[in-house]
Amino acid sequence: MLNNQGRPTTPKDSAVASHETFTRNRGLQMEEALLFEIGRTDVTGVDLDEPASFVSRLGHLAREEEIGLPGLSEPETMRHYVRLSQKNYAIDSGLYPLGSCTMKHNPRLNESMARLPGFSDIHPLQPQSTVQGALTLIEELAGWLMTLTNMDAVAMSPKAGAHGEYCGMAAIKAAIEAKGEGALRKVVLVPESAHGTNPATAAAIGFEVRSVPAGADGNVHPDAVRALMGPEVAAIMLTNPNTCGLFERQIVEIAQILHEGGGYFYCDGANFNAIVGKVRPGDLGIDAMHINLHKTFSTPHGGGGPGAGPVVLSSRLAPFAPVPFIKRDGDKLALVEDAIGTQALGRLTAFHGQMGMFVRALSYILSHGSDGLKQASEDAVLNANYVRARLADLMSLPFGNRPCMHEVLFDDAWLKDTGVTTLDFAKAMIDEGYHPMTMYFPLVVHGAMLIEPTESESLASLELFIMTLRDLAMSALRGEKTRFEGAPFYAPRRRLDETRAARAPVLRWTPPQPITDAQQAAE
Amino acid sequence: MSETRYTKDHEYIRVEGDVGIVGITDFAQGQLGDVVFVELPQAGKVVAKGAEAAVVESVKAASEVYAPVSGEVVDVNGAIEGQPGLVNEDPAGKGWFLKIKIKDKAELSELMDEAAYQAFVSSCS
Repeated sequence: MLNNQGRPTTPKDSAVASHETFTRNRGLQMEEALLFEIGRTDVTGVDLDEPASFVSRLGHLAREEEIGLPGLSEPETMRHYVRLSQKNYAIDSGLYPLGSCTMKHNPRLNESMARLPGFSDIHPLQPQSTVQGALTLIEELAGWLMTLTNMDAVAMSPKAGAHGEYCGMAAIKAAIEAKGEGALRKVVLVPESAHGTNPATAAAIGFEVRSVPAGADGNVHPDAVRALMGPEVAAIMLTNPNTCGLFERQIVEIAQILHEGGGYFYCDGANFNAIVGKVRPGDLGIDAMHINLHKTFSTPHGGGGPGAGPVVLSSRLAPFAPVPFIKRDGDKLALVEDAIGTQALGRLTAFHGQMGMFVRALSYILSHGSDGLKQASEDAVLNANYVRARLADLMSLPFGNRPCMHEVLFDDAWLKDTGVTTLDFAKAMIDEGYHPMTMYFPLVVHGAMLIEPTESESLASLELFIMTLRDLAMSALRGEKTRFEGAPFYAPRRRLDETRAARAPVLRWTPPQPITDAQQAAE
Repeated sequence: MSETRYTKDHEYIRVEGDVGIVGITDFAQGQLGDVVFVELPQAGKVVAKGAEAAVVESVKAASEVYAPVSGEVVDVNGAIEGQPGLVNEDPAGKGWFLKIKIKDKAELSELMDEAAYQAFVSSCS
């Protein structure tokens, strides 16, 4: 109910540009028009001879007007796409502290492995006898995921985190129906601090969502779960470490409550990167958990995807894993694609999953080794705690100055009476060349700022980031409001008017009119 | 002389005879931010106390407006569908949502009066 997080929705008056350039470029920041605006129908980058004769067999269905596909010369095409690529803020261009998203470095080694012809030049419909190497790679990655989580089975096909949630919750539903409890167990417990996808997944599967209140310390408490547990509860969906950046210390007891009550335990594995090599989810009593290969195992993420969300399953859920899966018969591997006569869920995707991401994830796992994976988790946690320790004197921590996991959560209590909001602070970070942290999430904290530096950052990089935030924080506390209210000043676009965008959205593209000499003179 | 009562979900109901005018409070509109969409029920709909009666959306939040008391919706404020900004500008006046024919006036006593609501709001912020 309400916008409890205090996010402002309208830009202040100071958020208007000082003056526009003629080209609308801002120095070397090019204002690149749409392809439809710069392309011409009489131009193409390739020379093709006109066909000698052309007779349409479409009769009266033949198109009478040009379809107007834009054409560009080769140099124009290069400039268009290079300029678009320069608009992208990526982990390759700067620190990307988006909490719970784990924007870690994508090692180049992964990329070379994924481009090996045996992995990149194959097709899902090839005879399986010709892709035994690729199937071996999937089997080996699956083995690693089960080892790292101490789980009995893994469904490799889900294509992202939320898809993995769907897979895991569908397996739970299938297990409940197999026990004849389908009509009874209709409720899924979801803590208030959960990722928004969790209640959405539960609802999409057909469950009713019941919210578990968070404790004052940011953790989910067994008593709160026990109070909501009953014969109608199918499962709990819990994130560990949670979105407040805290390890759920009583997770084993929570698992016991669910299991004793006949329910299942789904864990959102989005934050698995904090505990790989340190904690095995299977040891905590978890029945299903998705693993974001694009977070924990360094495959590209955020526009550079695609994601991949394999789901590990406990022995209670393993029989319900979806097809296809890999079965070994001596030296030969085969994809089992038929669910008939088994309890398997059926099929969630056309093929076996994100092969290119499997190659990258296994490359990451093997190049790090068991000691390296463990160190990556430790370094991720160390970096987040370094940020916490260096900023705790200026910014406020909602649950006290105690160790966090891989991400640190600040609230906006420290900004009270400064006139600066979390949104303003985030926009000012853009002026400083940083992608903002996650803001106004988790919802349980007012004006949340969730920072996840990841293990990719060096001490020097972290220090520069911290000094930037300290400079901004001191500026806000000194009352230098205009630096924040008007921000971003230096981005290609200034503050967006979210209200006008919602009240009067422009949904249809219209061609821009060229400016004539007369119009220019008149201005 | 009209009497206004408040819910913990920040709806008000201004009682005029046996009809109550329902809307969201000034505190609620301030928290929501600019309202961009309102969904109102059909007149004639019978609602129970605490049931969803309308929907209000701002840029960053969508909320249900719950019926403060049980009764029949006798009128809705169509003006705020076209101009949702009225909810921000004048929540207690032109930004009202709906009128309910109150089924049981005893339910009103379960709601907060002005003083109790103001105390409740200061504990929220």
